[in-house]
Amino acid sequence: MLHDIGYRDWDDLFRDIPAETRLKGRLDLPAGKSEAEVARIMERTADKNRVFHTVFRGGGAYRHYVPAAVNAVAGKEEFSTAYTPYQAEISQGILQSIFEYQTMICELTGMDVSNASLYDGASAAAEACAMTADRKRSVIYVSETVNPRILEVVKTYSFGRDMDVKIVPSADGATDTAALQEMLGQDPAAACFLMQYPNYFGIIKNADEISSIVHAAKAQLVMSVNPIALGILKTPGEIGADVVCGEGQPLGLGLAYGGPYLGILAATKKNMRKMVGRYVGETVDSQGKRGFVLTLQAREQHIRREKASSNVCSNEALCALKASVYMAAVGPAGIRKVAELCTSKAHYLADGLADAGLKPAHSGQPFFHEFVTECKDPSALLSTLQDKGILGGLPISDHEILWCTTELNTKEEMNELIETVKEVLA
Amino acid sequence: MKLIFERSVPGRGQKIFPSCDVEVKLPDVPMRASAPRLPEISENELDRHYTALAKEARGVNDGFYPLGSCTMKYNPYVNEAIANQKGFTDIHPLQPADTVEGCTEVIDTLEKYLCEITGMDHMTFQPAAGAQGEFTGLLTIKAYFRDKGDLNRNEIIIPDSAHGTNPASAAMAGFKVVEIKSNEKGMIDLDDLKSKLSDKTAGLMLTNPNTVGIFDENITEITRLVHEAGGLCYYDGANLNAVIGIVRPGDIGFDIIHLNLHKTFSTPHGGGGPGSGPCGCKDFLRDFLPGERAVGTGADAHYEHALKSIGSLTAFHGNFLIMVRALSYLQINGGDGIPELAHNAVLNANYIMEKLKDIYPMAYDRICMHEFVMGLEKFHKEDNVSALDVAKALLDFGIHPPTMYFPLIVDEALMVEPTETETRETLDNAIAAFRQIYEEIVKAPAAVTASPQTTPIKRLDEVLAARHPVLRYNFEQ
Amino acid sequence: MIDPKELKYSKSHEWVRVEGDEAYIGITDHAQESLGDLVFINLPEVDDELTVDEPFGDIESVKAVSDIIAPISGVVVEVNEDLIDEPEKINEEPYEAWIVKVANFDGVDDLLDASEYDTFVEEEEDE
Repeated sequence: MLHDIGYRDWDDLFRDIPAETRLKGRLDLPAGKSEAEVARIMERTADKNRVFHTVFRGGGAYRHYVPAAVNAVAGKEEFSTAYTPYQAEISQGILQSIFEYQTMICELTGMDVSNASLYDGASAAAEACAMTADRKRSVIYVSETVNPRILEVVKTYSFGRDMDVKIVPSADGATDTAALQEMLGQDPAAACFLMQYPNYFGIIKNADEISSIVHAAKAQLVMSVNPIALGILKTPGEIGADVVCGEGQPLGLGLAYGGPYLGILAATKKNMRKMVGRYVGETVDSQGKRGFVLTLQAREQHIRREKASSNVCSNEALCALKASVYMAAVGPAGIRKVAELCTSKAHYLADGLADAGLKPAHSGQPFFHEFVTECKDPSALLSTLQDKGILGGLPISDHEILWCTTELNTKEEMNELIETVKEVLA
Repeated sequence: MKLIFERSVPGRGQKIFPSCDVEVKLPDVPMRASAPRLPEISENELDRHYTALAKEARGVNDGFYPLGSCTMKYNPYVNEAIANQKGFTDIHPLQPADTVEGCTEVIDTLEKYLCEITGMDHMTFQPAAGAQGEFTGLLTIKAYFRDKGDLNRNEIIIPDSAHGTNPASAAMAGFKVVEIKSNEKGMIDLDDLKSKLSDKTAGLMLTNPNTVGIFDENITEITRLVHEAGGLCYYDGANLNAVIGIVRPGDIGFDIIHLNLHKTFSTPHGGGGPGSGPCGCKDFLRDFLPGERAVGTGADAHYEHALKSIGSLTAFHGNFLIMVRALSYLQINGGDGIPELAHNAVLNANYIMEKLKDIYPMAYDRICMHEFVMGLEKFHKEDNVSALDVAKALLDFGIHPPTMYFPLIVDEALMVEPTETETRETLDNAIAAFRQIYEEIVKAPAAVTASPQTTPIKRLDEVLAARHPVLRYNFEQ
Repeated sequence: MIDPKELKYSKSHEWVRVEGDEAYIGITDHAQESLGDLVFINLPEVDDELTVDEPFGDIESVKAVSDIIAPISGVVVEVNEDLIDEPEKINEEPYEAWIVKVANFDGVDDLLDASEYDTFVEEEEDE
């Protein structure tokens, strides 16, 4: 081939690259290996990780059952090996699946529009906050009860955009609404208030009151949600949220040491054109047949360049597909059921741990599937649990542990945990 | 085709979750007024729905996909098999560092490979996509100058041929974008660059080879000028496939880079993602990198943050399973095989270009790297056949069209990137298709503008979609 | 379409129609033609100040976006909100579909008349 098109050798083909810029010698890397060898090496690497079969840890990533259909469907190569569906005529399958995803997210959140996905819940929160800012309003208020990892990403994005982030304090594990009112009321530059629902400590409180306070201050309400909890909770749409973001990982994605996950981003119709990322819209073809296309693209970086509201290009389309299959597989009854299982078990465990001597940090506050207990020496307790093959709750300070349950935690497992805690504390 | 909601029948469903083995207890808070209208569907119906959708989608596994600037190479199955092991998929991101030594090994080994390939000293894997990698790099540059107390440097210089993400990322990082022109050879206009460098220059963002598939031969001069002006040089690794194992950005003056693991290092594109956009840098920028990394083994294992970190881009450690695939890919190719990737990528692009340039006008008449750009303005003016028409005509040959109307500096552009994983027979087939389309342009242009004819759906009304957006299913219709 | 004689034109392809103390601004037939089917317009707000040669809004087609450049300075007293729902009116009747109405304006004398603008467009196309 090389000779066929008139080149002597590889050097000749690469002659436009000046010699002084080329790598001298060879890459200092091991020689290539066979597929069989690499498969074995990587199997050993995977074995160096510890897979816990009993998990009581959440904190932003949740171990749920993944219906078998999810990975089977997402593994279809027409989906997994396709590019972004710019060529609509041969991409109707991808486009329709995204349109269905957008619809399901709207249904779950009670919002008018959803984009085609973002990277993860934290980056979605950062983009959600930025969406609410304009020339006149650019200060982002964040509840102290938001997951600190989400807060850090919001701050990082805000460092880029030179926007102020102000923290609204909490009282007994929930947003201090009096403080919120005072802070927002005095700031004509307040763009939005970011709250988490349920919050980092698992607590669900005052969402309606917060919505009134935020809107009275003419700011926008951004809610970071757990999509499973929306199987039962009042929706952000009903509460009056302007933008909704969330980590979609619980909808059929594995833990995977943190990714790939799924950034959910939905909004009111009013914010439709401020949305970042891709949209799929319905239209017709030249013969009047229903079809789908990427639309409202003039918002995006490939057209608007430095004036685009975000640089997002690649998203998490395959993860969005998994979430769609998950939601379709479990249906409206299943999403309610899984939410009920998660929260019922958390209530059982919280009571059990309290009896075992772990005092609840926010007694009496309503919670979903996470809760905080006080504990004198979290690391000693957690390492004992680890020895028994249990991944205990997340230590969030030197005297507090954040526990989590999902539908995968059986009563038996929880009893074993409770017994172990009793022994350790005895 | 029916939407999944149109296949839904009330009360139908699947038994997925067990019944509750403890007392059902819900928090005493306001609940949703009605259930979400998710599909109610059997697994059989669900599977048939998605199988039908899959038949109306096209991936690399279906056929040739010469989508310029997207590096749609074949992705080996073994990567998928390795990434799907429970030892990777079932690891909680907040597990103690001593229980994730396999993950740490993946990240550390991958860092070694990629630093050797790029000539960088350190790398963060937290960015989830190329655009986020760019943003990370630019924030790092911003933090570096802040740390030095140099608050004056607020401009990033970007060539007019750049991907849209470059100026968008720079703007997101709070920089003013200063555009420089490309010259008639498709390279940076050095005089224009010199005139725009100043004590306000924070850096230059460059893709090399650039988006017209040309390696800028003045590259060392360019990076020297930027450094002399006090700025940093950022390398956009979007087109690394052309020079991998042959040129290292770190050897030619670049201080900070990002890579697209899902392009150059093989992960299926998933219909738009997920990707992974690690950001690498020279030693002097290390303290600014984002995220946390597990270090040490056994009882010493713990997580560390960089000292002056810009923060975090994603909640945890980035798109880990994409890193696993990239590492598998690199171990199979190895130090000896990696340069061959570039050889064959460049050869395949030149092969197609040579066999078409007698009839298709090329934007630049010279050797290309891994991709080349046609400028079909002549067809548009003389035959009323646009780049879009040619692209759509390729659909009828079972070929995914090249990237259209990019880069912006070429009128009626079609950008072709065959990648190294295609055989000569596939390339010959594509060449024959292009030539046949040309004959039609000359003889019967109306047939070309009426294409595609064989796809399940014809050209779609994008104007209607944008003027009156319908972005979700209407259950009330 | 012939560019109306009574209007004034800018080199960035906007037109200005003066009516007493106020002036209407729109984009020319040539501009809408080269942009193609318009799908959305970002309008300024009432009381916003326009500065000559600076963008005050933008207009989108399916695959492109263009700034609308102020041909004159002035203060916005009214925006044509009908265009938000029907941007196609600009394609259909570019010299009827005004975008903003401004008061306290300045700079009309520096604009081109219809024949000068036509010549300018021809020259630009020849380039």
